[in-house]
Amino acid sequence: METRKIEIPVMADLFAKGEKPEYLFWVGCAGAYDDRYKKVAAAFAKILIHLNVSFAVLGKEETCTGDPARRAGNEMLFQMQALQNIELFKAYEIKKVITICPHCYNTFKNEYPDLGADFEVISYIDILNQYIDEGKIKLDTNKFKGTKITYHDPCYLGRANGIYEQPRKLLKKLGGELVEMERNRSFALCCGAGGAQMFKEAEKGNKEVFLERMEDVLKVEPEVIATACPFCMTMMTDGIKYKNQEEKMRNYDIAELIAESLNL
Amino acid sequence: MTKQIVFALALLATIGVFAYTISRIARFFMLTRKGFKVDKLGKRLLVTLKVAFGQTKIFRRPVIGLLHALVFWGFCVILFGSIEMVIDGLFGIEKSLSFLGGFYNFMMAAGDIFALLVAISIIVFLIRRIFLHVKRFEGIEMKKISHIDANIALTIILVLMLSLMGMNAAYIKWAQLAGHNIHGIYPVSQHLTSLFDGISVDGVFTHYQVYWWIHILLIFIFANLLPYSKHFHVFMSIPNVFLSRLEPLGKLPNMDNVTREVKLMMNPETAFSAPAEEAPIERFGVKDAEDVVWKSYFDSLACTECGRCTSVCPANITGKKLSPRKVMMDLRARMKEKGPHMLKNGRDYNDGKSLVRDYISEEELWACTTCNACAQECPINIDHPKLIVEMRRYLVMEEGSAPGELKAMFNNIENNGAPWQYSPEDRLLWAKDLETKAL
Repeated sequence: METRKIEIPVMADLFAKGEKPEYLFWVGCAGAYDDRYKKVAAAFAKILIHLNVSFAVLGKEETCTGDPARRAGNEMLFQMQALQNIELFKAYEIKKVITICPHCYNTFKNEYPDLGADFEVISYIDILNQYIDEGKIKLDTNKFKGTKITYHDPCYLGRANGIYEQPRKLLKKLGGELVEMERNRSFALCCGAGGAQMFKEAEKGNKEVFLERMEDVLKVEPEVIATACPFCMTMMTDGIKYKNQEEKMRNYDIAELIAESLNL
Repeated sequence: MTKQIVFALALLATIGVFAYTISRIARFFMLTRKGFKVDKLGKRLLVTLKVAFGQTKIFRRPVIGLLHALVFWGFCVILFGSIEMVIDGLFGIEKSLSFLGGFYNFMMAAGDIFALLVAISIIVFLIRRIFLHVKRFEGIEMKKISHIDANIALTIILVLMLSLMGMNAAYIKWAQLAGHNIHGIYPVSQHLTSLFDGISVDGVFTHYQVYWWIHILLIFIFANLLPYSKHFHVFMSIPNVFLSRLEPLGKLPNMDNVTREVKLMMNPETAFSAPAEEAPIERFGVKDAEDVVWKSYFDSLACTECGRCTSVCPANITGKKLSPRKVMMDLRARMKEKGPHMLKNGRDYNDGKSLVRDYISEEELWACTTCNACAQECPINIDHPKLIVEMRRYLVMEEGSAPGELKAMFNNIENNGAPWQYSPEDRLLWAKDLETKAL
């Protein structure tokens, strides 16, 4: 199959040309730096380009939302990041932001308004659903036919913001077999990385949270663990390794599964 | 007449002691901070109807949830009969509300049925507490006294229900024997009248009165025991649900005093153009009981120690020290310890101890993933993560203490704009050499 090189539009370049994209695609620190999650950022960008969505990224001008700082108690640092981001968004007249990271999504949507932010925040899950509903995304349902997929709810999409059904709707569209873990939706168990745990060793206990979660996963024996959060992805991928399940199951972000089903 | 006087005195004593207790607790709220606005009353009312009266969150565990819901709804219904008893007692009347006719019959019938349902539920609760080993009732914060506390309250409720049924049955039998009209309908107790077979009219009346007095006096005693037990939730949980946080669970409250400082740092000119008003120096975050927002203290008083929060906490499940229930119980205990001294000696009173460290260790605080499972699970909408983050705020901003890796993370964000140590120049590397298969 032929391939085509794609360029990711950068906000500063477009702005210099006098263009204003409809959406800012907020990549997030994990999308920019985490080797595994870079692929998710790429997969989602490919979908946006495939759909001819008018968007741009901030590139070098992007910075941390401050979420891990806030949850770790460093309110000062959080607010410095937030106010800086809000200024930048204002400078680029950004009105709509798409996020692939639930932590970025949550803090933009729920916490930035307290500091004067005035933009719409859209989770990539929601926008993918919207394009599917509009008939713009035509999935190849043969790709995942008969594949057993389980979905691990990220706390910051699910409990924090009530996004439980939308990701499941996407996964059902893929044509695979969606199996639920016993602890799902508002009962789901955290991957163990939220609240800035991602950046530190866990406190002493009997086991790591992600291993406890992996036991839920193993009970339903999926071929694919679908996630929708960079932290969950890291933890689930580690879990697969720790439990020696690399032969049996893989962890993909929903954006990757959709991109795959679109043959991108 | 004697009965009326004795009753009035008992009622007066009940109200007096209760008012004293409540005023003591209310004064502790004066020590806490503002910062929780009670607005959107309509929405709050809806939440209260749904979560409190509909018992929606208790049903997250359906079987035991149903039993609790029966007890709750039973209390609501039986309350009607209790109010009538107070009126009867004060004015020396019999069945004073019976003029309500059909509604009265309905309420009496419902109360009579619920008395049985509540009694059965309570017996199940007691069996579960005494004989079954339920993990969620254990934990380092659960002392022997917590279990005794629970069992005493359950036993009192059981006796209340039994005395209510006995009272109803004796009433029916007495009315039958004395040839009076029976006010109200009693679908359960009417089958119990044979208990009084062979007893004279006066004898049955005595039975009726004895049960009547046991029931109402026990209510009076119970009401005054509650504020000193975890069963204070009988009073506190409905208001606490009314005071639920209406925002999404993921949102942490903003610190406006920090916003002022950050804005000043980012734009120093404002410092000259508009000098910041002399705000009193506040502590950043929560170190001790008096630093909490009043709503957090309310949460701690409303906590029933049911342990549903702790049973879903990922940190606790995996053997870490954090227990959201303990955080609430610690705040309550600390205020109980320090509050009276502060009321006597002023808010600056220092006993050399604090909530953070002496009650809640740093290890507990740093174990939280802010996943909000505890807050989601709490049947009365207590907000544990907010308090945990508030204590982290104190540690980080007042003491500069955090695990080393978190300090490194702070530095990275400050210097590179990312929690990891990468250069902002590399932010677009993911987008290099991207190819797509589709044409």
